[in-house]
Amino acid sequence: MLRLEKRPSPSKMWTALTPILAVILTMIAGGVLFWILGKDPVEAIRTIFWDPLFHEDFAAYSRPQLLVKAGPLILIAVGLSLGFRAGIWNIGAEGQYIIGAICGAAVGLAFYPSESFLIFPAMVIAGALGGWAWAMIPGILRTRFNTNEILVSLLLVYVAEQLLASMSLGLLRNPEGRGFPGSRNFRDFPAAHNGEIFANTGMHWGVVAAFIAVIFVYILLSRHILGFQIRVAGQSPKAARFAGVNPNRLILFCLGTSGALAGLAGLFEVSGPAGQISIDFNSGYGFTAIIVAFLGRLNPIGILLAGLLMALTYIGGELAQLMLGLPSAAIQAFQGMLLFFLLAVDVLSNYRIKFSRSEGA
Amino acid sequence: MDLSAINPLILVASLMVAATPILLAAIGELVVEKAGILNLGVEGMMITGAICGFAIAVETGSPFWGFIAAAVGGALLSLVFAFLTQYLLSNQVATGLALTLFGLGLSSLLGQKYMGVKPPSTSKLDIPFLSDIPGIGRVLFQHDPMVYFSIALIAAVWLMLKYSRIGLVLRAVGENHDAAHALGYKVVRIRIGAIAFGGACAGLGGAYLSLIRVPQWTEGMTAGAGWIALAIVVFASWRPWRILMGAYLFGGVTVLQLNLQAAGLAIPVEYLSMSPYLITIIVLVIINRSTQSAPAELGQVFHASH
Amino acid sequence: MDGPLLAVNGVTKAYPGVVANDTVTFTVDPGEVHALLGENGAGKSTLVKMIYGLVRPDSGGMVWKGEAFEPATPHAARKSGVAMVFQHFSLFEALNVAENVALGMENPPPMRQLSARIRDVSEAYGLPLDPDRLVGDLSAGERQRVEIIRCLLQDPKLLIMDEPTSVLTPQEVEILFKTLRKLSAEGTAILYISHKLEEIRSLCTGATILRLGKVVGNCDPREKTARELAELMVGETLHIPSREPGTLGDTLLELTNLSVKSANPFGTSLKDVCLNIRAGEIVGIGGVAGNGQDELLAALSGESIAPAGAVKLQGQEIGMLGPNQRRALGLLAAPEERLGHSAAPDMSLTENAALTGTVREGLSKNGFLDWGKARNFAESIIQGFDVRTPGPDNAARSLSGGNLQKFVIGREVLQRPDVLVVNQPTWGVDASAAAAIRQSLLDLAAKGAAIICISQDLDELMEISDRFAALNEGRLTEPRPAKGLTVDEIGLMMGGAHDMEVSHVEA
Repeated sequence: MLRLEKRPSPSKMWTALTPILAVILTMIAGGVLFWILGKDPVEAIRTIFWDPLFHEDFAAYSRPQLLVKAGPLILIAVGLSLGFRAGIWNIGAEGQYIIGAICGAAVGLAFYPSESFLIFPAMVIAGALGGWAWAMIPGILRTRFNTNEILVSLLLVYVAEQLLASMSLGLLRNPEGRGFPGSRNFRDFPAAHNGEIFANTGMHWGVVAAFIAVIFVYILLSRHILGFQIRVAGQSPKAARFAGVNPNRLILFCLGTSGALAGLAGLFEVSGPAGQISIDFNSGYGFTAIIVAFLGRLNPIGILLAGLLMALTYIGGELAQLMLGLPSAAIQAFQGMLLFFLLAVDVLSNYRIKFSRSEGA
Repeated sequence: MDLSAINPLILVASLMVAATPILLAAIGELVVEKAGILNLGVEGMMITGAICGFAIAVETGSPFWGFIAAAVGGALLSLVFAFLTQYLLSNQVATGLALTLFGLGLSSLLGQKYMGVKPPSTSKLDIPFLSDIPGIGRVLFQHDPMVYFSIALIAAVWLMLKYSRIGLVLRAVGENHDAAHALGYKVVRIRIGAIAFGGACAGLGGAYLSLIRVPQWTEGMTAGAGWIALAIVVFASWRPWRILMGAYLFGGVTVLQLNLQAAGLAIPVEYLSMSPYLITIIVLVIINRSTQSAPAELGQVFHASH
Repeated sequence: MDGPLLAVNGVTKAYPGVVANDTVTFTVDPGEVHALLGENGAGKSTLVKMIYGLVRPDSGGMVWKGEAFEPATPHAARKSGVAMVFQHFSLFEALNVAENVALGMENPPPMRQLSARIRDVSEAYGLPLDPDRLVGDLSAGERQRVEIIRCLLQDPKLLIMDEPTSVLTPQEVEILFKTLRKLSAEGTAILYISHKLEEIRSLCTGATILRLGKVVGNCDPREKTARELAELMVGETLHIPSREPGTLGDTLLELTNLSVKSANPFGTSLKDVCLNIRAGEIVGIGGVAGNGQDELLAALSGESIAPAGAVKLQGQEIGMLGPNQRRALGLLAAPEERLGHSAAPDMSLTENAALTGTVREGLSKNGFLDWGKARNFAESIIQGFDVRTPGPDNAARSLSGGNLQKFVIGREVLQRPDVLVVNQPTWGVDASAAAAIRQSLLDLAAKGAAIICISQDLDELMEISDRFAALNEGRLTEPRPAKGLTVDEIGLMMGGAHDMEVSHVEA
């Protein structure tokens, strides 16, 4: 019988290897899934993971998309990882993302058609503040009333979606849009448009922000006392209290930061790749970012790589939909499976597996 | 706006229907949490149950087999959670989230060819004599069998937890798994049983949505019902009859806002649609201030070292 | 019946890196009170877990009433007539007494009958209990009664007791011993595990002594002195900490009517605690576990805050300050729970050094931690306190209890505190590490620090304290000079026999 035996110290090697192992296992299981759907598994996996980067016809279009998709995922996931490390579960990043987009877009649209170079920075600030404020709702309810932040942050996603619908049908609707839902398109509003910084790279300000966030969080976690407190609080809350960590301040900091970053991601998305506020401009990045955060082992560098990989599955998934008729839901299931396998193989970094005869346990 | 179009009796009748999916999912999760496990995958198990139940009901033409399939589907998915958290000692919060994300993907994959299909209808139970009582008779005693099943399930869980040996052991495991282990109880096995029960209940709740309440299949149709079920467990302070109260309260809010929408209240539809979620949050705030009755080991990893 | 009740024959059980039991052999006769004597880590707990069916031996076997005995589960062991009272109670705080008892029985009767039997049996043995009360609301002594009643209701042939007296006042110990002698007279064998020698000499008729998993001796403890038993148990001559009598300085810490509500719903709140302590002084605080020890430590470390004036350090009101502000002013603490409270289990020793050392050791600059300095600090603790570990990069959980405790105490001592508060500084620590820890506290006091030592080990408190006080239900008694206190006086300070009535027991 198999038995688990706790390692004296977590294994560094397995901590690094488990995400790779999880990806391989997911490819195998995903292949089986695609085979059940009647597709050639090898071709499907190749279409998802290889063609977007190296296929001569698609790579030119797909490669820039990698950064476009990875930017928001990384930005959100890096913020979430702070809270996840401290045992503070913000799973409503999707809502903060939407509210950040609405606030930022509203500020921009309010000044239409001004050409001031201050508009875009003002939008960025408004986006971050919007996401921050939305995340502070579960934060304050948790610290003041001990309300579960998991449930509140998640329920607020549905509220945010309704607000988004209301905004794109009402307040922010394009007055020249002949009654169609959705705001003005930022492509027609240069001062507020988050365009590509270098043509055909996919590099926009959101991607820049994501890289900056990765560096900041890396320094915060490895060198700064606040990052140390976050790590202690997640591992043993009692030891953290003893070390003088104020749990409420930590909750507000982690939720606020992750909310602000999610809000930023929303703003950059709506003013760039999405182009406008519309009922369904959000595409679930807030939820996929949870997978990215875990796949990256809650480590900023890991999240950077995981974000790129997850972006690849998005693009590859679209390609597979186009080329093989693979349903888009298959990719969603595939991403969920990845998280399962990751959590499953995680056991290897803290435990050794031993063969032994059965015991009372 | 015409508020007179809202008939209170019909409101009560329809709130019982609106509350049943959440009621089923919440009572299952209550048993899971009483055993010390926090399974945040209710939403994923519900939607998996919704499509499993829908597909089998359409294929067999029998809603009964649909509900059976939904319970099995929900339970099977929950066993993935059980395996990861109980044998591989994964973090329960993360694993529950994974279950939800995976369930949403899997269900829309399974449901591709069932979009726009009409499910076989479920016959209503016409309880003799009782349903003839003027006024409340038709309101309370002329529903589909699942409404009564869900209430009976509450009673059964209440009896089980309060009076039976297995209920006592379940609570003991949720309070102190090390002590339960030291006394020789199979902590892991008991918890897996509870998780599977919770999965089956969530599956039934999902199938109630797709087969009776809506009734049709659309992607993501649970729309947060699983999360509301989780909130109701907290609201109920882990007591079965309070689950009934919480679910019916929530059902009432849902039905009322739908009626107000229909009556043309001068509030935009979106704000009425978000009201059930906002009210759930407000209720959570009010309740959480006063309760400390959560099972002591809720969400803790158990690993018998000796 | 002829022959022994239980014979353990050459039992061996190994865990990764340690042989817990190495060919252990001994016997217990019916009605015998048999002691299993050994230090922490000698393998006593593993041995009784095998008898109780929680662990299976790698080799060797057991014989019960002449037949081979291999209980696969505690259920099987209980069916044969083995019952066990655990050191850390196997109780459920949110359940009531009757439910707790039912969980430990094979075929419990319906609740109402069970409640009646609990009342009867508990009265008969002088251990009164109300079956409807929540266990979380009971005192440590009462909780032990729940465990004992649970065993007695099953008419055990062998009753295993794992360190039962650590949660009792001396008066309560006397009552327990009367109950045990009565049981023994009725024919129940008792396997009594302890490292407290005087107890064993007064209660037991046979003893097996374990050291590092091996049997190193069998004897009749009544015929040996405590010193002989101790040296058998430890295997070396004991170093007894020496104390240089010093002069007392100014008052450093003043507690005035300190009342703090417990953060734990089943905890004990502090009520009007008053205490003054002067430089160079060690005040020992005794008391049965769960009478406010954790709460007192938290109120002093700054983990829970109090009205500003209730805690004064060198005249300054600090009741409202948090842990790091108090550290900066010179008040340091080491809580009881090593893994998870005074140290983070999965973090390295360097990180654990930074956990409390940041303020006083200057390990941070502008909010950024200097890991090089933290590492040096960790290394100086490891060297100064003889912590056995490959290096400061190892996780705290990889250290043995004694070594981690030396690290934790060393971390605070090396920060030159003015006042140091420790809770259970040598709990679960081997004798030589315990002696080193006590010596370091004495040395610190000799250099002019004030020390509050909260402990449930009365011998330890008598050895190092200048004054002694006891916590009882959250109240602190008036401190008295430790020299010359009798066991009876100490027991009364700790709350005497609480509400137990000795008269019921006919020993």
